[in-house]
Amino acid sequence: MNYYGVKAIYLHEMDRMRRTLFQSLVSPLISTSLYFIVFGSAIGSRIKEVDGVAYGSFIVPGMIMLTLLTQSISNASFGIYFPKFTGTIYELLAAPISSFEIILGFVGAAATKSLIIGCVIIATAGLFVDLNIAHPLVMMFFLIFTAVTFSLFGFIIGFWADNFEKLQLIPILIITPLVFLGGSFYSINMLPEFWQKVSLFNPVLYLVSGFRWSFYEIADVSIFTSLATMLFILFSCITIISISFAKGYKIKN
Amino acid sequence: MKNFISIVNLSKVYANNFKALDEINLEIEKGEIFALLGPNGAGKSTLINIICGIVTSSAGKILVNNFDIKKEYRKARSLIGIVPQELTLEAFETVWDNVCYSRGLYGKSLNSNYIESLLKELSLWEKRKSKLRELSGGMKRRVLIAKALSHEPTVLFLDEPSASVDVELRKDMWGIVKRLKQKGVTIILTTHYIEEAEEIADRVGIINHGKIIVVDRKDELIKRLGEKKLILELQETINNIPTILQEFNLELSEDKKRITYTYDTKNKRTGITTLLNLMRDEGINLKDMNTEKSSLESIFINLVKGSNNELLRS
Repeated sequence: MNYYGVKAIYLHEMDRMRRTLFQSLVSPLISTSLYFIVFGSAIGSRIKEVDGVAYGSFIVPGMIMLTLLTQSISNASFGIYFPKFTGTIYELLAAPISSFEIILGFVGAAATKSLIIGCVIIATAGLFVDLNIAHPLVMMFFLIFTAVTFSLFGFIIGFWADNFEKLQLIPILIITPLVFLGGSFYSINMLPEFWQKVSLFNPVLYLVSGFRWSFYEIADVSIFTSLATMLFILFSCITIISISFAKGYKIKN
Repeated sequence: MKNFISIVNLSKVYANNFKALDEINLEIEKGEIFALLGPNGAGKSTLINIICGIVTSSAGKILVNNFDIKKEYRKARSLIGIVPQELTLEAFETVWDNVCYSRGLYGKSLNSNYIESLLKELSLWEKRKSKLRELSGGMKRRVLIAKALSHEPTVLFLDEPSASVDVELRKDMWGIVKRLKQKGVTIILTTHYIEEAEEIADRVGIINHGKIIVVDRKDELIKRLGEKKLILELQETINNIPTILQEFNLELSEDKKRITYTYDTKNKRTGITTLLNLMRDEGINLKDMNTEKSSLESIFINLVKGSNNELLRS
């Protein structure tokens, strides 16, 4: 195992966060505060409670998931795409480092950044609403696994993308709509029956539901279904990356 | 000398069916400077990129210090440093951080003393806190060398090291390469500057259309494939070469004052004495004479031309 290699990639990526601290940290904080103002105050004044939880508190897990997913994808996809774009990828390919170690470095850093942002958002949310975390360990488990899984997914996007447009394509066209339609700001029980069934095909629903359960013990789907879905996405990402690396897809000629 | 790199039947066919390398067999000796010459698109970069793990081969085997580059890639790659042709660097990192990053990638713990001495040797110490985007092209090239040497490799690949650098830096680079050789580092450089190979290489390999045409010690190559020219300055002009001298294939200069005789140094009899005797008999008097040896450049041009013609015929 090339520990120094993994550490070098990890610190190199974390250093990027330090250099862009404002963009990395302040921008998600401002977005979250805006969500609280728009959804929490404006809509929350009309919807008092959802499943016995105040609306302002109800949307916190969904908001964290929204930020966690988008940040994980964006950090990891940019992390691997940038060396491809600048040509410095040659160093990674020529170094005595395995595909697994490269992924560990990039995905580890991307997930760490997302987790830091996730924790900052939880702290910020605490300033706006009363937060009650019923199962802190399950909450941490969801937080870490979601960050890792979607960092892997972001890594795949960065791996696949050969221009900046493609880098943004999946997060904007697929991920953001899935998060908004995945019960982040509402319970699917509030939807007509047909749309409830359609929502069940959205994998993000299971993540948001499981995460919300760890806070308030309320969920749209069973916690075990949420866990199984998360593990399924995680292993799918690992499989795709392993095959892509083994074939040198879009990196090696 | 012990072989350090062995390349056996190496071929590379790209996805678009372009055959970049065609059954290459090559041995690189430990501690030598080996120059791989060839015109653009000959396969030089593909060859070194395969050895370094950047491009995958289609067939064949490569051993670096007896380590298979595929099966024992960690051991093989930890011995290799590569300086790419393009100035590919992160823009916002400092010189120090970027060189330390490269050392880490190769599985080595930070050694500040070594990195300091390396940066000083490459005249980069004063720039260690500068961001890479603030450096000139020449300085960036030095950073790439520092990165390649950051993990103390025993073999260094330089892909077109003199591409887009000025004469002063080129001479500096030659100095760096010579110092590395003295430390026992094996150096393989690709270039299309023949002057560069002639100046610093111990052995030369010429590649064209993905095939190695010739590999030999530089001096041997010049001796073996080189021709010599005897240039005779005449006391009086002559209008044409006398019939009796036709068999020597002499060239008469435009001003009719100089005759050039090209001969093969490997022949037991060069024909010089006979030529001079016949010229004396013809009443052609000489004012001066000198000889010229063919350069590596003319050998290179002749070989590549010959290889191109052969390809056209086949």
